[in-house]
Amino acid sequence: MFFQQLVNGVTLGATYALIALGYTMVYGIIQLINFAHGEVYMIGAFVGLIMVAVYKVNFFIALLAAMAVCIPLAVLIERVAYRPLRNSTRLAPLISALGVSIFLQTLVTLIKGDPNPLGFPHVIQDTVYALGPVKFSLIQVVILIVASLLMVFLEITVKYTKIGKAMRATSEDYETANLMGINVNHVVSFTFAAGAALAAAGGVLVGMYFNSINPFMGVTVGLKSFCAAVVGGIGSIPGAMLGGLLLGIAEVFGVAAGFDTYKEAISFGLLIIILLFRPTGLLGHPIQRKV
Amino acid sequence: MLLAVENLHVSYGGIRALKGISFEVEEGKIVALIGANGAGKSTTLRTICGLVRAQSGRIEYKGTVVNKVPPYKIVGMGISMVPEGRRVFTRLTVLENLEMGAYSRGSSQEAKESLANVFKRFPRLQERKSQLAGTLSGGEQQMLAMGRALMSRPQLLLMDEPSMGLAPMLVEEIFSIIREINNSGTTILLVEQNAHMALSVAGSAYVLETGEIALSGPAAEMADNPEVRKCYLGE
Ligand SMILES: Nc1ncnc2c1ncn2[C@@H]1O[C@H](COP(=O)(O)OP(=O)(O)O)[C@@H](O)[C@H]1O
Ligand SMILES: [Mg+2]
Repeated sequence: MFFQQLVNGVTLGATYALIALGYTMVYGIIQLINFAHGEVYMIGAFVGLIMVAVYKVNFFIALLAAMAVCIPLAVLIERVAYRPLRNSTRLAPLISALGVSIFLQTLVTLIKGDPNPLGFPHVIQDTVYALGPVKFSLIQVVILIVASLLMVFLEITVKYTKIGKAMRATSEDYETANLMGINVNHVVSFTFAAGAALAAAGGVLVGMYFNSINPFMGVTVGLKSFCAAVVGGIGSIPGAMLGGLLLGIAEVFGVAAGFDTYKEAISFGLLIIILLFRPTGLLGHPIQRKV
Repeated sequence: MLLAVENLHVSYGGIRALKGISFEVEEGKIVALIGANGAGKSTTLRTICGLVRAQSGRIEYKGTVVNKVPPYKIVGMGISMVPEGRRVFTRLTVLENLEMGAYSRGSSQEAKESLANVFKRFPRLQERKSQLAGTLSGGEQQMLAMGRALMSRPQLLLMDEPSMGLAPMLVEEIFSIIREINNSGTTILLVEQNAHMALSVAGSAYVLETGEIALSGPAAEMADNPEVRKCYLGE
């Protein structure tokens, strides 16, 4: 029972982690809470659904298609809604992000015709593997593998590639990064692109897992993933991964313990408790004042 | 002239930080810009780098006006900065910091050569290349900031208070390195509050007072100037 819940929790947590990474990376670079990130995730889910239901492609093609749509979308959002506000008060891009978020929810509702949920075709068989008393469905295995691969890929990119190093430099000291000859706008675009790719994958995976998607699915999941990013320490990539897993596990155990009605409150409760003890999150960097 | 600054005005909101300063940096020289805290020294260097925009006036580098060039393009033109307070990337390793310094250089072969040169000049950086820059001592961080700036092989090196917060022995070391860097052909614009050391390495000097050039001349003359001795050399 315990291990079964753990498996379910880790699976859910892996999807939160995928989305949390986008919040944390963007925050790390431009100190913006990108409220429209949840909608990028939602659109990823819809693109995945369309590919699978209309074009009858397999799961991997659907995943790639969702990324291919969400990457330019996120880059465009930054270009149009955030970049022009880079030098204004901190509140302005935040409000702009909320605007983009509402715009995208409404746009998808309009195109779809109604706000009701849609089911996801069974592209992955309902096979169940048993490891002793613990059962893994094939879809859980797929989620865990895809999420792990994407996170390893991200980690390698950030750690070893030129753009990844530039990302870390920019997130620590924007101005000095400029002095190095780093075109910070490219780094910002790249960061949005990377976050969007992960969120798009998250959208397709969650859509398949819960077999239901709707134009407002990005709101709750977005908020919870943002909590995960803060729990892990906003700006910290390993922190977002850890925070996502913790929140997923806490939620599944909370529901199993009978707190079903309070499901959504668990993430926020955990957030408050952790921030009380560690204001910068579990793996967050101590607060630095940038001059 | 390698660098010519003419009638430069810079404001932060209502605060007038530079009120029409003019000065020149001749190729191959060390030029010192000295002055008290808040005089506008850092503002001058930051404006040359494009981090701060001039209100009016011109900055000419190798005959080109660079006032409107974005900061990330400045280093590619041959101007490199050692910022005030070192500003190393503390969460990157020493080696990664140096790689960032060569970001604007296209070829990895050039970057390799630059790295070898920097390691030759700062052997301690080589010993600590895999360490996070945040774990270095103040003096080592200053060397890293200097090494990082040299990675782009600048023709003009801007240094903002390289001796700040360092023990006297380290200050000596840093200044002898500054001399060496200059001897190997790099022009230096050196900003210092430590006027004594700055005047000892510089060929010419300017004194900045609340956003205006108060005095200028050959460094040796300046060091003998009674006013300078009184206000900046603590006599
Ligand atoms: N970012 C800023 N915003 C507002 N005022 C500033 C800023 N930076 C510097 N100043 C002001 O400009 C003047 C010159 O500062 P600065 O160039 O840093 O002097 P210095 O480097 O000689 O100590 C000071 O009065 C300082 O308070
Ligand atoms: Mg200064």
